[in-house]
Amino acid sequence: MGQTIVEKILSRHAGKDVEASDLAIVNVDAAMATDASAPFAIKAFREMGGKKPWNPERMVFVIDHGAPAPNERIANLHKIIREFTTETGSTLFDAGSGICHQIMIDEEQAHPGELIIGADSHSVTYGAIGAFSTGVGATDLAAVMLTGKTWLKVPPTIRVELNGRPNPGVQSKDIILAVVEKLGMDGATYKALEYSGSALEYLSLGGRMTIANMAVEMGGKAGVIETTGLELPYDFEHIHPDSDANYIAEYSIDISALRPKVSTPHSPANVSDIDEVLGTKIDLVFLGTCTNGRLEDLHTAASILKKKKLAPGVRMIVTPASRKVMNAAMADGTMNILSDAGAMFIPPGCGPCVGTHLGVPADSETILSTANRNFPGRMGNPKAQVFLSSPATVAASALKGEITDPTEVMEEIIS
Amino acid sequence: MKGKVHVYDVDNIDTDRIIPGKYTKTLDMSVLAEHCLEDLDESFNSKVTKGDILVAGENFGCGSSREQAPVAIKVAGIYAVIAKSFARIFYRNAINVGLPILEIADHSISPGIELDIDLQSGIVKDLASEKVYQSAKMPKVMIDILEAGGLVSYLSKYGDYKL
Repeated sequence: MGQTIVEKILSRHAGKDVEASDLAIVNVDAAMATDASAPFAIKAFREMGGKKPWNPERMVFVIDHGAPAPNERIANLHKIIREFTTETGSTLFDAGSGICHQIMIDEEQAHPGELIIGADSHSVTYGAIGAFSTGVGATDLAAVMLTGKTWLKVPPTIRVELNGRPNPGVQSKDIILAVVEKLGMDGATYKALEYSGSALEYLSLGGRMTIANMAVEMGGKAGVIETTGLELPYDFEHIHPDSDANYIAEYSIDISALRPKVSTPHSPANVSDIDEVLGTKIDLVFLGTCTNGRLEDLHTAASILKKKKLAPGVRMIVTPASRKVMNAAMADGTMNILSDAGAMFIPPGCGPCVGTHLGVPADSETILSTANRNFPGRMGNPKAQVFLSSPATVAASALKGEITDPTEVMEEIIS
Repeated sequence: MKGKVHVYDVDNIDTDRIIPGKYTKTLDMSVLAEHCLEDLDESFNSKVTKGDILVAGENFGCGSSREQAPVAIKVAGIYAVIAKSFARIFYRNAINVGLPILEIADHSISPGIELDIDLQSGIVKDLASEKVYQSAKMPKVMIDILEAGGLVSYLSKYGDYKL
């Protein structure tokens, strides 16, 4: 029997051939924890008798969830992480470096074909470069730090073929929202997603990251994108599924037929075509997060907002996904364009997406965000209404003060 | 183990609702207990007495991988969680922190009753109606972790995983 991409990667890391439903102990190439999980993980690691992580260079800590520290409690948690990394020689990306998932790929801590465990559910993002990566809790992460291994059940794979060319106004966020719409909130629970198809040639690395990122919104253990057409700054081996691989389900989505999508409150799986929510008044827009805070996302917004102003009464928060993204956006004038339009910048990190600080909405306010989640209270206030969309939809809507189809403005920009 | 149930017949109770992100960045467990499930039921924490059982619908614990979610439930006094299904990361986290969870796909447990749970066999008895449920089987490694009292004690004891 042939193997899926996930079965191939897991077999290599288990040291034997494994298939869906097998239990396996696998070697881990890299692990990652954030300031939301690391303090717990460090505590559990020490309780297990741990001194140094199995491979300090590949044990990556990123301070991004409450960065910079909004209060003394979180400041003291950050201190625990800094002291631990100094003591053990582990890798630290301190506050201001950016969001963990952006850093793992940009700083080459994740590579194609590797197995990576992160103590953050969006660790599935590295499937964008053909790695098997998944999210765990703090104690599981502590166990990886101790042993360099973890145990898992090999997930059956759902194959999703993305075909066709997207229309102007349709971005990779719309593509993944279409997949979430099809599969639902638990459509991939205990399963892996494997993306292939002719649309991959239109997907940048950033676009692939957006798609892989939201696998967990369907309950998925991983969301791996075939590396066909992927370009990285280094050479790598492409791992393709066997032609006789076994899939638990197969879907095909015609990208050329998609309309821009929006998730309505309070679930990422409440997806509708933008047409159904056009005209919804908004108070705040948020461009950022591990889903859509990359340079190309800022470029999209800048192309729409250039020499224009936000609609009266609308606030806009922009969080570059990393310092690298921020520096590039400063150097090429993108930040000036967005700031001139009226946007406010906050430091690279998770920002208001996790509801800790830097942009908590008021009661009954409506937010249009490029994030991946809009659960009640996600942004810090359960009485706020959070909608999710692409960067193009966010920028076009910020100009009008209401949810707006970006197709027309994107057509103008492209022509 | 007998316990009174708190039933939330709701699907997709996510970890943001179990413990909002704004409270997770702490090592003070009492903070987690205090805010546990507050966006679903403001009075949850005050209703629970030690040894009670939480009952929910499908896909319980979806969303964020925060281990603070099962910790919050445990510290709030809940002995075990029963749901029609669980999200993957929550399921692992609960076992790792020693919070027993039982998946019963077709349960119709009503509010206010008492249940008797036998973790060894996975049999759950409704003491009001005498109805008996069998929970889904767990892999041996998970039973071992739960029996050790969580992953920290398991690894302190065995040093490595045994499948």
